[in-house]
Amino acid sequence: MNIMVVGVGGQGTLLTSRIIGKTALNAGWDVKLSEVHGMAQRGGSVVTFVRYGKKVYEPVCEEGSVDVLISFERLEAQRYAHFLKKDGIMIVNDTRIDPMTVVIGACQYPNGILEALSSEHKVYTINGGEIAKSLGNSKVLNSVVLGLAAKHIGFTKEEWLEVLQATVPQKTIEINTRAFEKGYEVE
Amino acid sequence: MSEKRIMLGNDAIARGAYEAGVKVSSSYPGTPSTEISEFLAKYEEVYTEWAPNEKVALEVAAGASISGVRSMACMKHVGLNVASDPLYTLAYTGINAGLVIVVADDPGIASSQNEQDTRMIARSAHLPLVEPSDSNEAKEYFKYAFDLSEKYDTPVIFRTTTKLSHSQSIVELGERVVPEDKTYERSMTKYVMMPASAIGRHKVVEAREIQMEKDASTFPINKVEYNDKKIGFITSGVPYQYVKEAFPNASVLKLGVINPLPKAMIEDFVKEVETVYIIEELEPVIEEQVRSWGLNVKGKECFTKQGEYSANMLKKVINGTDDCVFEKAVSPARPPILCPGCPHRSVFSVLNKLKIHASGDIGCYTLGAVAPLNVIDTTICMGSSISLLHGMEKAKGKEYIKNWVATIGDSTFLHTGVNSLINMVYNKSSATVMILDNRTTGMTGHQEHAATGKTLKGEDTYAIDLAELCRSIGVPNVIEINAFDVQGLEKTVKESVNSDTLTVIIAKAPCALLKGQKFPYVCKVDSEKCKKCGMCMKIGCPAMTRNEDGTVKIDETMCNGCGLCTNYCKFGAISKEER
Repeated sequence: MNIMVVGVGGQGTLLTSRIIGKTALNAGWDVKLSEVHGMAQRGGSVVTFVRYGKKVYEPVCEEGSVDVLISFERLEAQRYAHFLKKDGIMIVNDTRIDPMTVVIGACQYPNGILEALSSEHKVYTINGGEIAKSLGNSKVLNSVVLGLAAKHIGFTKEEWLEVLQATVPQKTIEINTRAFEKGYEVE
Repeated sequence: MSEKRIMLGNDAIARGAYEAGVKVSSSYPGTPSTEISEFLAKYEEVYTEWAPNEKVALEVAAGASISGVRSMACMKHVGLNVASDPLYTLAYTGINAGLVIVVADDPGIASSQNEQDTRMIARSAHLPLVEPSDSNEAKEYFKYAFDLSEKYDTPVIFRTTTKLSHSQSIVELGERVVPEDKTYERSMTKYVMMPASAIGRHKVVEAREIQMEKDASTFPINKVEYNDKKIGFITSGVPYQYVKEAFPNASVLKLGVINPLPKAMIEDFVKEVETVYIIEELEPVIEEQVRSWGLNVKGKECFTKQGEYSANMLKKVINGTDDCVFEKAVSPARPPILCPGCPHRSVFSVLNKLKIHASGDIGCYTLGAVAPLNVIDTTICMGSSISLLHGMEKAKGKEYIKNWVATIGDSTFLHTGVNSLINMVYNKSSATVMILDNRTTGMTGHQEHAATGKTLKGEDTYAIDLAELCRSIGVPNVIEINAFDVQGLEKTVKESVNSDTLTVIIAKAPCALLKGQKFPYVCKVDSEKCKKCGMCMKIGCPAMTRNEDGTVKIDETMCNGCGLCTNYCKFGAISKEER
């Protein structure tokens, strides 16, 4: 199973991929993750990979091999869509964050990204930011998105929650659990 | 059964050090090596520290080794350049207790200024080099590196790469075994490298390398996996994983020790296998040696010396196939940027307004080079901002640098910048140096340093006062200023670049990502007052975008409340409100 988590530096993509990796490990799979640290993290486009199976060699997913692509932002979904395999699916947090190239007018933010992606791939969207805000903490956005992705990746809800609750800070266990469930309920 | 954990490569290296009985570790942060020291600091039994630079770190580790305990130093590839002076001579002295130097290369340049290959340095320094291909190997090979170090009386380089350091895979934990401390015995011919001793030790170095070359074919971490003998690969490190992914049925010779190479083992393999490819990222270090033995292999005529490899890339080159099914979209680039609330942005916004060029340095503030700030003109290596500016002045005179400053961070200044400043004082500079003091080593993820008042272990310690340090070496004019005091900065910079007195301006404000650094404000735009002029957008804050009608909007969740933008609206359209 090849999972790719993309977004903008600072959105919590790393934590999300670590939870996926731990859940797969608990289920008894061989697991590899690949992360991004350093300069690239500073508001740039970030990519993490999670792979699990009987035996995993390469720690990254290849173009054309991804089963589930989780994107925390629309433009990043477009940027990495070619990593999907033929029947791979896409989970997109429906939000727009302008890169500096757009802010300074050097490029235009593309219109109709989701429509275009939906014509080629199976795309599930969610407004994680709004749901997180309604729960009272915009930081739990990644748990909302993870909730939706979890349903399409596999494992039981209990297996996911066990890892989620062991990973997030003690004080935020309850709100993260609710955030995950909100995402999990989305069809 | 022993405990299994999923671990980052760097975490696994730290675990290997712990299990190997390491007692002393000294390092300087540098992506992708930084977390090794941070993970290691969590083991109470191991003394760990941040040194001001890699040369100091390696010497500390060498001292510990000579005194008789297993020790190590960690650094990134370019850090090894700084530590090269002790490195080349430690190859001569050898060690007492095991000494391992972890060096993290960055193929693909995720967060570095070049793509140099540490294996070349191992060869030229005549040091053995060990390289793992996943986290479990990282831990196991690290222990083995200590065995090699002690068996052959040599420091060992342990090479990791970005992909290894920052990937996670499953590790089986072991117990810590601390070997008995070695007795220290005075030996002038071994540890005092004056000519007579060094001449003698050079012979030892050569004999050692010849012996290791002979033994290398029996090292347990050099392995041959015979499968289909039509095609075979000689490889090491993470590229081994790419080979296994792309060609699971091929024969593979996997090297754990890259220097010296196991000649007999490689000769046998090339004889047995029809077509042999050498898969190594960056330089043809293995390939050139294998070819020099008269063996027929394929290598860099098929594969690049640049960037990271991948399974797909190997398949494309060797099979001519491509697994990619969808076309890659053309999307606007999203390069890294300074964070909202970053004090560097404030300094660069002022320099941009004054049309001043900056001789830059290594750190987050290198991002002051890109649009819309466009301030930094040069970035070479740690500490070079100050010396480059000095060179410009000596070449072209005082007037030439009246629209130049050097910009350097607090940690980088203490690393090697201070040497360059001493040179400025000594050789009568009239320059302006700006220390962007954000109270941390920012880019690598917030490490303490000699001016923060905390050690790597989190203990309180003396905090070097940067202003006093500059004064004590004779800088005639040292000014400390709040990095967000835009008016004050503008006045200070103008005065100092126009004067003939060497000036250090220390622009102080903590990194916006440090705990508790969020300002209690949020900035808001009054769209009635906004004239859409875009002046505020020139500071390049990622929290600021435009509405469809062209007026500016500020994302409240991203805004850090620093208020820098309010200084750049002539119409009073942006206000700072309490959160």
